[in-house]
Amino acid sequence: MITESLVLSAILFVIGTFGVLVRRNAIIMFLCIELQLNAVNLSLVAFSRMWGIEGQLFVFFVMTVAAAEAAVGLAIIISIFRHYETVNVDSFNLLKW
Amino acid sequence: MSILFYVFAGLAIGGAVGVVMAKSPVGSLLFMVTTLAAMAGTFVLLEAHFLAAIQIIVYAGAIMVLFLFVIMLLNLGHDYQKDLRGGAFAVLSFGVIGGIAGLLARQLGATGSLSGPGAGAIDAAIAEHGALGAIAEPLYTTYVVPFEITGILLLVAIVGALVLAKREV
Repeated sequence: MITESLVLSAILFVIGTFGVLVRRNAIIMFLCIELQLNAVNLSLVAFSRMWGIEGQLFVFFVMTVAAAEAAVGLAIIISIFRHYETVNVDSFNLLKW
Repeated sequence: MSILFYVFAGLAIGGAVGVVMAKSPVGSLLFMVTTLAAMAGTFVLLEAHFLAAIQIIVYAGAIMVLFLFVIMLLNLGHDYQKDLRGGAFAVLSFGVIGGIAGLLARQLGATGSLSGPGAGAIDAAIAEHGALGAIAEPLYTTYVVPFEITGILLLVAIVGALVLAKREV
């Protein structure tokens, strides 16, 4: 069960990484980052079956940070959208040389 | 038990692929809710009942609704343009994820079947304190300082989100 969960976690993390790399829509990239966070949560829960309840506490903290990150990240996306009228990350090239 | 795990795993992976491949952001979001619900199921199978409930309430409920609100607010629901990067970049991405997947598979294959003292300890704690008490007891004793700092983090996040998102007056 633990090994299967770790494999599932690895697969989900890889899919999330792929999503961040290939999508251009900032909101979907953000969703994929959430997917990566969730994959790590799953592996922490699986490891807590090996080493004790601390893994689950860690997941609790990760979820809190993810909620904070979602709020701030979406605020940044809204504020960028006001300037550029798009969420396509290819348009945000001010820092590109 | 095992069958149920594979059902949830299939749902989670299918949903994750849907998140990456869906054309519209709303479709992506609904696939993400599927993935989160399936992962809550695997949490239950791993005896993390409190986290499964939190996963549904906070993640699938609150955070996904926040995303949906932003999509609605920015009127991106009709954004059906194809936005997958093509060509060399996709090949490079496949290389990167192939590398990560290979490393993970190698590591997991080397360790074989995993077990440890945690399962017994958690089952004993759940039997003694209940599913909620098992996680609450260490949270409010040993880890009470990080827990309080979490409150400060949320406050800062609220203020930061307001400052970033409000219109300049």
